[in-house]
Amino acid sequence: MDTIASAKGGTAGVAYSGQPEDGGFVGGARGESLTDGGFAGGARGGRLENGESAKAARRERLAKYWDSLKFALYCATHPLDGFWDLTHEKRGTMAAANTILFLTLLVRVLKLRYTSFVILTVYWEGLNIFLYIASVLFPLILWVVGNWGLTTLFDGKGRLNQVYMATCYALTPYPLIQFPLMILSNGFTVEEAEFYAVLSAISLIWAGLLIVAAMGQIHEYSAGKNILFTVASLFAMLVMIFILMIFFSMISQGVGYFISLARELLFRL
Amino acid sequence: MSMRFWKKTGAFLFLAGILFGIPAAAQAEDISYTYNYDYWGDVQDCPDLYTVSKVFTSADLGLETRMNNPQGLYVSGDLIYVCDTGNNRILEIRRHSAENLEIVRIIDSFTGDVENTSFLAPTDVAVSEAGNFFIADKGNARILKLDPDLHYLMQFDKPVDNTLDPAIAFQPDKIAVDSAERVYCVATGINKGLVKYENDGVFSGFVGATKVTFDFMDYLWKRFATQAQRAQMESFVPTEYDNLYMDYEGFIYACTGAVTADDLRAGNADAVRKLNLMGNDILVRNGEWGIYGDLYMGSGGGYEGPSYFSDVTCMENDIFVCLDRNRGRLFGYDDQGRMVFAFGGNGNMDGYFRRPVGIEHMGHELYVLDALDCSVTSFVPTLFGELVYTAVEEFDKGDYEASREAWEQVMVMDGNYDLAYIGIGRALLRQEKYREAMDYFEVKYDAENYSKAYKQYRKEWVEEHIGWIIAAVLILFLVPFVFKRVRKIREELRTDDFFIYEYGKESRDGK
Repeated sequence: MDTIASAKGGTAGVAYSGQPEDGGFVGGARGESLTDGGFAGGARGGRLENGESAKAARRERLAKYWDSLKFALYCATHPLDGFWDLTHEKRGTMAAANTILFLTLLVRVLKLRYTSFVILTVYWEGLNIFLYIASVLFPLILWVVGNWGLTTLFDGKGRLNQVYMATCYALTPYPLIQFPLMILSNGFTVEEAEFYAVLSAISLIWAGLLIVAAMGQIHEYSAGKNILFTVASLFAMLVMIFILMIFFSMISQGVGYFISLARELLFRL
Repeated sequence: MSMRFWKKTGAFLFLAGILFGIPAAAQAEDISYTYNYDYWGDVQDCPDLYTVSKVFTSADLGLETRMNNPQGLYVSGDLIYVCDTGNNRILEIRRHSAENLEIVRIIDSFTGDVENTSFLAPTDVAVSEAGNFFIADKGNARILKLDPDLHYLMQFDKPVDNTLDPAIAFQPDKIAVDSAERVYCVATGINKGLVKYENDGVFSGFVGATKVTFDFMDYLWKRFATQAQRAQMESFVPTEYDNLYMDYEGFIYACTGAVTADDLRAGNADAVRKLNLMGNDILVRNGEWGIYGDLYMGSGGGYEGPSYFSDVTCMENDIFVCLDRNRGRLFGYDDQGRMVFAFGGNGNMDGYFRRPVGIEHMGHELYVLDALDCSVTSFVPTLFGELVYTAVEEFDKGDYEASREAWEQVMVMDGNYDLAYIGIGRALLRQEKYREAMDYFEVKYDAENYSKAYKQYRKEWVEEHIGWIIAAVLILFLVPFVFKRVRKIREELRTDDFFIYEYGKESRDGK
């Protein structure tokens, strides 16, 4: 089963297919199992000699991808129903999830440049675009791993890739609202910047609520349990950060010890 | 991601850069005498607006007794008054030029029907429009009013007020006189604001007390502390002013150094205020950064903490200059509260100070009194400085074209001078060239002015294109409507009995 490694594929259409050994299945042989496989952009169905059926399969996959992407809108407006169907009815695809994440990151980066300076000014000298992107990706990965790690111990039905997929789907409001807002911001004056702040906050709160709702649905949790594990997941994130920091400082200390040891040796020799 | 967040991040990164990135020695060599802060709070080198004309020591002035701890400086017409506090006298100096000052008389006593006709540690002097002298005779606990011939007229004593401890001596420190000869006084140990006297010598109240600030945690601590503990704690009292200046319009600029860096940054305290007759602060603070001198208060060269404003003066073009006793710097701000210049430092060279205590202006020239060095430094504006002043003054006069031209010359000399861009933008805004003004404001992130220009531009654009806009809206709504209508009519036509009979049949037959 594929993991969130597929997230690293990043762009739409190149997400890694679940079972590469399974060659012939692509093209609907396994029908709905495509959902967890993800959309393979290039034709991986090499064994299909027949060009016509390969083309048909590709079209079908494209339709499935498009359909799953559109389903994100349904999820955003009908979170409970939508996120249930996302995994249980296999309406979502990994490719669509990756696309939404990519769009989120893209809009977030574009915002820096194309939002009106009245609302957002950027100190370009102090900006590292990779760190900026990581500021979304890193908490996302921590959340997915932390949430899965906890819920899997407490009856959660969602698997790691499903947690990832649902979280990405829940990000939909961000690009949906922020992109038009970014363009509109260039017509705002200082006084009208309030609208921007409100709409921007709405997009974040909406996405946040969607994440919570999504987790409840894919893990099949009751509302109370869901909120409890949302909070617990946040703590899990903190614990992971703590452990990572300890890990890195220990490593650097350890490396430093051997470096100084070697240096001392070189001096003596 | 608010703007403030980015500014803070920017400031932090800049600090981090200073701390870790650039070696301090290399930095010190590269920095210019005059500097300014840009939108991000980064230090930008700047051409000098002022240059030292001459440093006048006691010897240069031809004094037989060296000045000793002079505290007060005052300018009236072409006369400069220096309170030679340590020698209990006041020096009257005539300015022939910025390089030529001449002692006119040394005032160490006066005539009149009063017991003590000499001074004891006079700390400040002021001259009214009528030519009367007002002298803060601090050691004698009085403010003297003398006529131009140094004849005693009256004196102002300790205010009669229930809230003042009768045991504590009155120590008038700094004074200012308005056109009606009302006296405003900063007195040591009185933190209720400025002591105000009517011209008949009657104490009429305190004006402009700083508002008391405390944070909630301190308050909570105090609630639960015992009486003894509470006595040990710092009490919430208004801060005292250090100095004051009466500007040409009768507003009082009052400054204080008794403020913490945190309060300044958070906007809870003001290093300088402009008080109206009611004692309310009317200083305009439209700049990106607060009016408190240096933004970076870390220790360097043995000095740390925020700038300590020991005196302030305001020119006739509403540019006011604050004197920082801590780092020996002068900070100029315009009427919008934007920094015009910052220069100076501690040291023994010309243009550097050891303990600057007083600043005054004569026209565009600046005079700074150094208490430890016992000297008066005269600064004259450079070509660059004069251009900036021309631009500001032409704008105030309403000659926006001239103002813009001056700013453009400023920009040629220093492309990093933010005020030039904003100045051009403001001139263009007044000339109703909104689109061009927007560009200038955008370059320097002046969102407020940009919005003003943009609002006008947008209005103009809509008014110009109103026909097209209405047409577009109409088309947007009408086309589908007409389309639907036409289809309906055609449908009706097709299904109408009469036509079916006439044409429908025919066509059916035809097929």
